[in-house]
Amino acid sequence: MLQLGVAEPMRECEYSQISTRSSTPMETPYKKRTPKKRKWQAFPGRNKFYCNGRIMMARQTGVFYLTLVLILITSGLFFTFDCPFLSVQLTPAIPVIGGVLFVFVLGTLFRTSFSDPGVLPRATPDEAADLERQIDVANGSSSGYRPPPRTKEVVINGQTVKLKYCFTCKIFRPPRASHCSLCDNCVERFDHHCPWVGNCVGKRNYRFFYMFILSLSFLTIFIFAFVITHVILRSHRQGFLNALKDTPASVLEVVVCFFSVWSIVGLSGFHTYLISSNQTTNEDIKGSWSSKRGKDNYNPYSHGNIFTNCCAALCGPLPPSLIDRRGFVQSDTPQPTPPTNGITMYGSTQSQSHMAAATPLMQSEPVILTDEASLPGRTSLGGPCSGALPLGGQPTPPTSTPNLSCDNGMLPTRNDHSEAHHHFLTPEEAPSPPGMLPCGSPLGHSHTIQGFYNPASQDSLHEDSVRGLVKLSSV
Amino acid sequence: MATEFHNLQELRQSPSLATKVFIQRDYSEGTVCRFQIKFPSELGSRIERTLFEDTVKTLNTYYAEAEKVGGQSYMEGCLACATAYFIFFCMETRYEKVLKKISGYIQEQNEKIYAPRGLLLTDPVERGMRVIEVSVFEDRGSSGSSPSSNVSSGISQR
Repeated sequence: MLQLGVAEPMRECEYSQISTRSSTPMETPYKKRTPKKRKWQAFPGRNKFYCNGRIMMARQTGVFYLTLVLILITSGLFFTFDCPFLSVQLTPAIPVIGGVLFVFVLGTLFRTSFSDPGVLPRATPDEAADLERQIDVANGSSSGYRPPPRTKEVVINGQTVKLKYCFTCKIFRPPRASHCSLCDNCVERFDHHCPWVGNCVGKRNYRFFYMFILSLSFLTIFIFAFVITHVILRSHRQGFLNALKDTPASVLEVVVCFFSVWSIVGLSGFHTYLISSNQTTNEDIKGSWSSKRGKDNYNPYSHGNIFTNCCAALCGPLPPSLIDRRGFVQSDTPQPTPPTNGITMYGSTQSQSHMAAATPLMQSEPVILTDEASLPGRTSLGGPCSGALPLGGQPTPPTSTPNLSCDNGMLPTRNDHSEAHHHFLTPEEAPSPPGMLPCGSPLGHSHTIQGFYNPASQDSLHEDSVRGLVKLSSV
Repeated sequence: MATEFHNLQELRQSPSLATKVFIQRDYSEGTVCRFQIKFPSELGSRIERTLFEDTVKTLNTYYAEAEKVGGQSYMEGCLACATAYFIFFCMETRYEKVLKKISGYIQEQNEKIYAPRGLLLTDPVERGMRVIEVSVFEDRGSSGSSPSSNVSSGISQR
């Protein structure tokens, strides 16, 4: 699918201009008719698609299946072994409420995992070339050496925000967007990459993610409470040990729920804080809007009060997917297809954009691969995360940290720093991020990295630094 | 300003693209979808400033309507949450409805205003909502230059 004819010259030097010559009508060599392909089949990111493009997930989905299995088994055992007793002894409302919660949890889990998180499509070659020209004019540089990092400053509601240029996607990232190196996509309002749901969490699926962890908290607490109740009621009749012998499944449920409650409830609390202050996990970890950064530093996206922030995040409009997974890739002939609104003319740009987007990936692939070798958080992370991964959570104190680290799986050095970083925060504490106060070290860390910045390795630093969560470069 | 192209159909049948102009996003009000109203100099000779700026302003109004956090979006959000988001399988969201309106508006603008001037607007949704792409076609009256040299001459003019 990739046409290497255009890519070859690009291997010779580190950086070169984007050629748009091949996007003109006369020069396409691709005359023969190829069968129509759907856009998901030519998608340049590292995602997996199912059901002919309807379902979109990250490449590694093993942990998602673990999540699913844990939920299904625990709930299944509850409905099979505990509910009959409880519905007779107490009330039939218990299985009903449990059922509703269970359906809600699964529904939101699937929505989070299967939907597009807000991936930004990569720039077409014409767009990329136009940007290059503008940047060259601004820098006065010529091709042939790696250009300095590209940033653009905008003032948003009185706060200066730097927009960074993404070398992979060839766009200036909108504010709050970030590039997920696991999925190799820029994602709007990027929160984090969550292995537990097997997808990035971004603008389009953040509310589903939040409702998932919230409802899962309720479900976990619900099951935990009623399994304990069940065992206690049985114990009154026949003694504790006999009760356990009669309902061995309850023991497993209690164990799973006990370990899950800490991490999931903690994570819900953390995200409640984030929603009420209108921040992303990314911004919170970096302390982007912390008053520690400066007296005048404030969050320009916050609506000012908790209620509006919550409503906007959870009940705001849901933007549609920008990547049109199930559309057909335009054929490479320049002849226009029947008009819709004049947008279908430049079919050659479709596959060209994939070529143009793919080539920097080829250049930087060795970097990605070597970094990815150390990525899987389960083995390379020390501290709280490695233990927490196999189950829903270990008996750590009620912080969200284990899941933070685990959700991102790639904070090799930050675990120690972020351990004390986040506490179980209630919405009342929302406007100021108290988690910042005890913890000077993450900021110190990022400042150190800033000092190391080297333009020549920006691309590899870029790939390293956007491991789903933290951009250490702080360029 | 010559009006060589009589309608959109003619324009599409003989694509002799000179260059493309990109109108970037305006982030001064946050992450809401808004495009810069700055009139690009490359279009100076092709279309009146006011016409172009009106188009962009109308598009901005449409996007603001789509992204408005208000009564209707709350209703939609709460209803969707109450049904565990299954309702999204059956229902078109307000944003999608507005995007369809925008498509129709761009089509209409292309037919009435831009095609007669040798220009073509691309719906921003096709470009990831990053830019409004304005394709500038060469004047049919100009002699003999091939499209590839037109593109390069278009580039060198910058």
